[in-house]
Amino acid sequence: MLAIRLPNLDFLSQRQRALRISAVIIGICLFSLAIFGLNRGLDFTGGTLLEISYQTPVDLAAVRKSLSDGGFNNVMVQQFGTPRDVLLRIPPVDASNDAQLSQRVMQALNAPNATPVELRRVEFVGPQVGKELVEQSGLAVLFSVIGILIYVALRFEWRFSVGAVVATIHDAIITLGVFSLLQIDFDLNVLAAVLTVIGYSLNDTIVLFDRVRENFRKVRKGTVLDIMNQSVNETMSRTIITAGTVFLVVVALYLFGGESLRGFSLALIIGVISGTYSTIYIASATAVMLGVSRADLLRTPKEALDDGRP
Amino acid sequence: MNRYPLWKNLLIVGVILVSLVLAWPNLYSQDPSIELTGARGVTVTDASRAEIQAVLETAGVPLKNIALRDGDKLLARFANASEQLRGQEAIEQALSTRYRTALTLAADVPRWMTAIGLKPMNLGLDLRGGIHVVIDVDLEAALEQALERNLADMRTQLRDKKIRYLTLAREGEQVVATFNDAETRDAGVKVLTRNAPDLVVMTSASGERFLAQLSLSPTEQRQIKNFALEQNITTLRNRVNALGIAEPSIARQGERRIVVQLPGAQDPGRLKEILGATATLEYRLVDTEGSVAAAVEGKVPVGSKLYYERDGRPILLKRRVIVTGDQITDAAAGFDNQSGTPTVFVNLDGQGARRMRDMTSENVGKPMAVVFIENRTTTSMVDGKPVKTTRKVEEVISVATIREPFGARFQTTGLDSSAEAHNTALLLRSGALAAPIQIVEERTIGPSLGQDNIDQGLFSVLIGLGLVVVFMGVYYRVFGMIANAVLLLNLVMIIAVLGALGATLTMPGIAGMVLTIGMAVDANVLIFERIREEIRIGNSPQASIAAGYEKALSSIIDANVTTLIAALMLFSFGTGPVKGFAVTLTIGLITSMFTAISCSRAAINALYGGKRLKTLPV
Repeated sequence: MLAIRLPNLDFLSQRQRALRISAVIIGICLFSLAIFGLNRGLDFTGGTLLEISYQTPVDLAAVRKSLSDGGFNNVMVQQFGTPRDVLLRIPPVDASNDAQLSQRVMQALNAPNATPVELRRVEFVGPQVGKELVEQSGLAVLFSVIGILIYVALRFEWRFSVGAVVATIHDAIITLGVFSLLQIDFDLNVLAAVLTVIGYSLNDTIVLFDRVRENFRKVRKGTVLDIMNQSVNETMSRTIITAGTVFLVVVALYLFGGESLRGFSLALIIGVISGTYSTIYIASATAVMLGVSRADLLRTPKEALDDGRP
Repeated sequence: MNRYPLWKNLLIVGVILVSLVLAWPNLYSQDPSIELTGARGVTVTDASRAEIQAVLETAGVPLKNIALRDGDKLLARFANASEQLRGQEAIEQALSTRYRTALTLAADVPRWMTAIGLKPMNLGLDLRGGIHVVIDVDLEAALEQALERNLADMRTQLRDKKIRYLTLAREGEQVVATFNDAETRDAGVKVLTRNAPDLVVMTSASGERFLAQLSLSPTEQRQIKNFALEQNITTLRNRVNALGIAEPSIARQGERRIVVQLPGAQDPGRLKEILGATATLEYRLVDTEGSVAAAVEGKVPVGSKLYYERDGRPILLKRRVIVTGDQITDAAAGFDNQSGTPTVFVNLDGQGARRMRDMTSENVGKPMAVVFIENRTTTSMVDGKPVKTTRKVEEVISVATIREPFGARFQTTGLDSSAEAHNTALLLRSGALAAPIQIVEERTIGPSLGQDNIDQGLFSVLIGLGLVVVFMGVYYRVFGMIANAVLLLNLVMIIAVLGALGATLTMPGIAGMVLTIGMAVDANVLIFERIREEIRIGNSPQASIAAGYEKALSSIIDANVTTLIAALMLFSFGTGPVKGFAVTLTIGLITSMFTAISCSRAAINALYGGKRLKTLPV
């Protein structure tokens, strides 16, 4: 049988150090979010975005020149994927509601070229819509966190619920923090990924807590810390394998899914790493520090757990 | 032990079979195609097919096949998007007067399959290319227009009852009337509310003036707004249909938005021009008695209004309108038989025709004018902020002498070009917008990017799936292969459910599928790890299987429910791409519970159930 041989480690003894490390990382992330903020994408700022493709590799300076010749001075020009593809962004002030803007930009770009430039994508988001998207996204995050909190609180004890939410917020902040530090575009797709990270991180934490609850009922000896440790160790191989398979697919998505899913898959990669770490160190440590005890769990009626023997 | 009852096995086999059948149409390729419809007066026949084949052959564009569809359309299929575009260019150059072309994606599904209602998943615009536009309807303007219309009625009512008022005007969202004394005011209010009991009236007095403020009730305001939105949707649908785009989708979004999706469309400029246009025509008699020179200086005769012709010459027209644009039932562009100038042939509805006949028979020998009315919206920058101004442009496009009475059918000349005649006819046909609109979001995806997205999406699904399959097979051996089988089944079921619900697959939707692959194996990992644990503590293989499934169940359900909560929130608050992601994630979570728990158990039961086992290949 092929199995990951895992030593029985005392994870919880490291909880102070883990919390300190996390506190530092979270601090850096929050600092970056406060100072640099997120590089909000078109979905949230409003404006116009054009993705264009040349038949041969193109020099960005030449693109900028033909744009300024055409009277467009505040267009952001950047490479997009291959050297033939270019992304243009025009801030919302100019784009306000000019239906013909993208056509005029294309005319300016085509002016010096013998072979026409191919327009691959145009996105225009009005300032009002951008504002609404920010609002709706905020609501989506808020309500899903509240919904999950209620569910976990109903299924477990409140200290676990708090532990799970602390671990989840930890992962969300780290994911957002990396996007802020690296100034990667934050658009609707990335937001969806952050929400998925929240779901995944909880998923992981809940599997662990499920085991903790079971062990509290089953194992009569040992301190709270012993049982927590035992549970972490028992679920460790599952934690690693699941994180591994999810990691494999999101890396495949990052490498081969194309430019438009890059931010999305990067957020998931960060989330999977952070989620696995936070499940082991943060979630249970928080529950322990809040003083979870055997009595808290035994008070809830014992579920009919069939041990499978006939 | 570990045997499923027959009904459970049959149920599982049944669900698998249904999923396979539903997912089947997706195996056929979706060809980039051109849909051809005959232009006005041209019917599509077998001869047209030969004609188009010849054009494509001359242009050197390889054609996959071409066939009649629905009796009046031709569908030309191509091997890829670039050949499709070249084909369209060739057809437009040679045959644009005879056929209209529309880019589309047609599944190469056998006829019998379509006949029993099986169809492949819809591909989103990001996968097939097209234009997505979100339109905001100015409902406040609709309210103001409704009040303006009421105002004219109110004046007539008061005058008919000989009630003297000082002023009567619209101020914002209410009508304010002033009177000399309280008695007249109360009498006036009585008259005004007799026909419109819903009016909310507030009376007050300030000094010598007695005021009545009249506003629409909230119910009526809601009705007007709702009507304006519905009317705009109808109008936009007519306009989009007139553009000749295959499978357009026009839907209401929330209180005041309309989403227009046009797969395959590639010209956002023309689309926006047509969607936003508000042109209409009005027919009025010319005031031949009043002095035009005096009117230009400001002395416009009562009952007349000053207009200008296209070349700038002033002209006096009667205030009374004979026929307005909304009484026009059909309009077609063409050329005048005698002069050869661009013209619009107009058909009127019954009421319009009657009025036109009455007016023209009373006024034979007198001139009649056609007024072209258009709302032009321009955006200018004021203090760094965009300010939208809508200007109503009214031009007299033609003045002609009424030679004989006419009714329902007649023609209007005086248009600048045949393109303008064409657009005017299109706009008259589709009706007027009930409220001004503004485009607040636009996403256009070129066909080559759509194809790239499909290729990359498919490739990353396959890579992710391959990696997981190899890992599971190596790590959990036979049990791992069972997990792999149910994982594939899960993908098939997601595709089947997407097709059955008529949901649309988008790029984020593919991402959702990839993620489901990763998360769906989690349930099996949980179960298999439990089985291993049970074996380790010395339980028999059979007991370990049963215990593994039962003990893992609560973890699996808890874990899936939390992710489901996040996915549902994404669905209810997300728009467009995010919704697509939430849909596949939700479907994937639900189907994965069935495949990873029930189906894998059925397979394991069938393989090992009831046998004496020493070891388990897990």
